[in-house]
Amino acid sequence: MGLTASDAKTLIVNGEPREIAAKNLGEALIALDYADAIVATALNGEFVPARKRDAAGLKEGDRIEIVAPRQGG
Amino acid sequence: MRLYDIEIESRLLLGTSQYPSPSILAEAVRASAAGIVTVSLRREAARLREGQDFWRLIRELGVRVLPNTAGCHSVKEAMTTAEMAREIFDTAWIKLEVIGEADTLQPDVFGLVEAARNLSADGFEVFPYMTEDLVVAEKLVEAGCRVLMPWGAPIGSGRGLNNVFGLRALRARFPEIPLIVDAGIGLPSHAAAAMELGYDAVLLNTAVAKAGDPAAMGRAMAQAIEAGRTAYLAGPMEPRDMAAPSTPVLGRAHLS
Repeated sequence: MGLTASDAKTLIVNGEPREIAAKNLGEALIALDYADAIVATALNGEFVPARKRDAAGLKEGDRIEIVAPRQGG
Repeated sequence: MRLYDIEIESRLLLGTSQYPSPSILAEAVRASAAGIVTVSLRREAARLREGQDFWRLIRELGVRVLPNTAGCHSVKEAMTTAEMAREIFDTAWIKLEVIGEADTLQPDVFGLVEAARNLSADGFEVFPYMTEDLVVAEKLVEAGCRVLMPWGAPIGSGRGLNNVFGLRALRARFPEIPLIVDAGIGLPSHAAAAMELGYDAVLLNTAVAKAGDPAAMGRAMAQAIEAGRTAYLAGPMEPRDMAAPSTPVLGRAHLS
């Protein structure tokens, strides 16, 4: 099932508003060009495991956090 | 030393932050022979992909990683970060930081105990960044922690061991729990002092990363930690107030 214009919504991605056509978190990651990146995700402050991203439906204004390994003490 | 049933050879845990370059970080990790490095999670920009390069570098070093929850000020933030770290780094280990105070980066020990209990129940193996408070330590052990990591001094301060009495009391109270001094180490002598108290390991970052020659300082820290450990096992002498001649008095020639 393809994406339609009605799937477009404003999401807050890592603190920045983005216009994205995606029905779920998995589609949003592809649209945002993270498809092959090693990242972990949270939706509205709740962890979403990689295997559950396609089942995590999105609505207008949802907050997505996309993180990756980084230097730490 | 055994940390959550994993045998670890090196007693130095090294942070990976603030090095002048990725190659200097890699040199410092090798020179220090650290078996465990700490890492974090931060927002990844799709175009820059900084995290992907960093993660490749760490994997090439062949060391075990201990992800942290640095910067988290609430139980919820720390728990979500821990869950994301478990997935990405494929480890149950988590260096649990719940920060309570901005100037000293002192842990919020109430939130720390709550998060440690929840995470332990969820299968995490928690390394709590804590103060040296005995009662907090007791609660963390009850919560499921099998390693404790008291601070030596505030993170990044390089002040060494601010409360030797408290650290010694903690060691005496928990002889069977691996204890790691985490934060505040500035010099190899500080690291050696922690090991001489009977601590099992030392976790440090800034002292190596901000040294003029991080690789050389990494090596110096490793030597100090080994010396301190050997000294602890050797059984240090008891200090005393007055002099006691080390050369025999008996048989001294009378030359006056």
